[in-house]
Amino acid sequence: MPPKLNLNRMEMPRQDPHVRGKNFKEVALGYSPEQAQEEASRCIQCPKRPCISGCPVNVDIPDFIEAMRKGNLPGAVKILKGKNALPGICGRVCPQESQCEAKCTLEKRKAPVAIGRLERFVADWERQNKSALPPPPPSPAPTGKKVAVVGSGPAGLTVAAEMAKLGHAVTMFEALHVAGGVLMYGIPEFRLPKAIVQGEVDYVKSLGVELVLDSVIGKVDTVDELLSNGYHAVFLGTGAGLPMFLQVPGEDLCGIYSANEFLTRTNLMKAYLFPEYDTPLGMGMNVAVIGGGNVAMDSARCALRLGARNVYIVYRRSAAELPARHEEVENAMEEGIVFKFLTNPTGFLGGGRGWVTAMQCVEMELGEPDASGRRRPIVKKGSDFVMKVDTVVVSLGTSPNPLIAATTEGLKTTSHGTVVADEKTGKTVKDKVWAGGDIVTGSATVISAMGAGKRAAADMHAFLAT
Amino acid sequence: MVDEKGERIPLTIADWDAKEGSITVVFNEVGRTTHKLASVQVGDCVLSFTGPLGLAAHIEKFGTVVCVVAGYSTATCVPIVRELKAAGNRVVVIIRAPSKDMLFGDEALRKIADQVTVSAGDGSFECVGFVLEPLKDVIRKEKVDRVFTAGPVCMMKLVANTTKPFNIPTVASLNPIMVDGTGMCGCCRVVIGGQTKFACVDGPEFDAHQVDWASLMARRCTYSIDTKSPVHYQCLNCAQW
Repeated sequence: MPPKLNLNRMEMPRQDPHVRGKNFKEVALGYSPEQAQEEASRCIQCPKRPCISGCPVNVDIPDFIEAMRKGNLPGAVKILKGKNALPGICGRVCPQESQCEAKCTLEKRKAPVAIGRLERFVADWERQNKSALPPPPPSPAPTGKKVAVVGSGPAGLTVAAEMAKLGHAVTMFEALHVAGGVLMYGIPEFRLPKAIVQGEVDYVKSLGVELVLDSVIGKVDTVDELLSNGYHAVFLGTGAGLPMFLQVPGEDLCGIYSANEFLTRTNLMKAYLFPEYDTPLGMGMNVAVIGGGNVAMDSARCALRLGARNVYIVYRRSAAELPARHEEVENAMEEGIVFKFLTNPTGFLGGGRGWVTAMQCVEMELGEPDASGRRRPIVKKGSDFVMKVDTVVVSLGTSPNPLIAATTEGLKTTSHGTVVADEKTGKTVKDKVWAGGDIVTGSATVISAMGAGKRAAADMHAFLAT
Repeated sequence: MVDEKGERIPLTIADWDAKEGSITVVFNEVGRTTHKLASVQVGDCVLSFTGPLGLAAHIEKFGTVVCVVAGYSTATCVPIVRELKAAGNRVVVIIRAPSKDMLFGDEALRKIADQVTVSAGDGSFECVGFVLEPLKDVIRKEKVDRVFTAGPVCMMKLVANTTKPFNIPTVASLNPIMVDGTGMCGCCRVVIGGQTKFACVDGPEFDAHQVDWASLMARRCTYSIDTKSPVHYQCLNCAQW
């Protein structure tokens, strides 16, 4: 007789909302070994293994969970890392509810196995138990081929790791003073501790990857200069760094930030530790964050932690359409972020010295579904109103920074500014140049960028082997 | 960025020596970062330095070019004046200094420019308008084909207002607050002819007659209280407010 189904999905302990709203420490505390063991034992090891197809890098999910259930954590690490070089990051920031967990057989009973939390547990265990693990495999024989990876975010780290493991000499170029891309400047400490990101960067460096910081490719060197300086292949993983604005009157007033600026100041430059750190970020009493994605949730929750009294998420559609990860929406609501749904800003009003003092808005209602399948927001006539705000964060998404495309001859871009690359191989139309991650797709997820990185690495390797 | 707790700030490259592998930067000690940078000793390292970023200065044969500069821009305009001369221009430089004691960088300019005029004030910092009379003098005496200005925002604005009635193409080197310097954050956005531009990648040079000066001045003062600037850099006495 098969064992009885356990539909009690194990909750993960979190910091109390009243406490965590005032600190930048990690919100989700992770499973205890007992909790992890119990959650792992809920996996029924179904023969179809649908979860694997839900994962953009096809982690052998049931196998690592089975290893956990048997108490074989080194085995679980090996299975997990066989497909995913950055599990400590993915376990924390992947939208599991729309990927692996959405495909879980137990999802039909509304209790999918908490795959993300288990992944995180295994990655954290590995970090704390390095000595219990078998030594890394010996370095492969050098192929004599040089690979340049431009950008050190999720896509770049993945390509760099994969190519180094295959014996290629990899140089990874980063524009900022620290590696990690959006994992460092974008995602806040309380959701993804920076020590974990740097741990993963160190792992990639330990594979022999040379990291060159402060190097803006497209300015300091162009892609063509890299190719003529002896690199046999170039991977572009420069992400989607160009912030979109609302294009409404008053948007250049002081106190109005792009989410990129707001989060970069907070996370990368550690403005929350000002004046110990030098970068300031003045925080008002009434903060409006425009948008409904993960970046908007991150901005709102940072604003709260930086001392704002009232923080609003202003989103033009309804709760059902919020693109953010469910867990982060729930966390934000618990922390006291106020959601203003079906609301769209139409302009900003300024006071003395050009600071924003108020935001003009209209109410929206939902019409027929649009091209994205979501119901299209329509302006409700005569619904204009004014919100008192003194800080605004515009979080409408990003498009690729045009710097690379503008300085690289023969690279094809779309009207959205994304670089055209083959979906299966990441190959661009330019000889010896591949691309992947947000530079190709526009702003998406960490794991989809890693998936693109893996596919590009495989194709680059095949090219270099010929 | 001086150290790991530091701030990323934009600096202008004032000169370079490719053979030696060195660059020269000139800055005023104003806020936290420039104080830190000034305390760096020979042999010390700064954590991070990236560049050159942005677009190169626009140099061609214009005819007569007047450069109106002040403060540290007096030093940073040296390569521009040199290249303008090399391109065959007549170059007149007008330097504004708060007082004679605070004038610097004029020696290098005297060696390369056709004419250098110094306009030194009484040390009060209060009026930047002193450069306008020498500028008008030049405009009255000869045909000016182009004006380049770099320095305090209020001075650049007054220069722009002065040349506009004469329809003299005028370029200002803008210096808004920046964070990453690669076009990622939008902190340095400036309004040029009603359009938003990022000074870090689209600049620093813009058509001075198209610049929304009030917005630039306001945005530059965003953190002037947080970073505890000296009083005379907080625009408290500035007539523009």
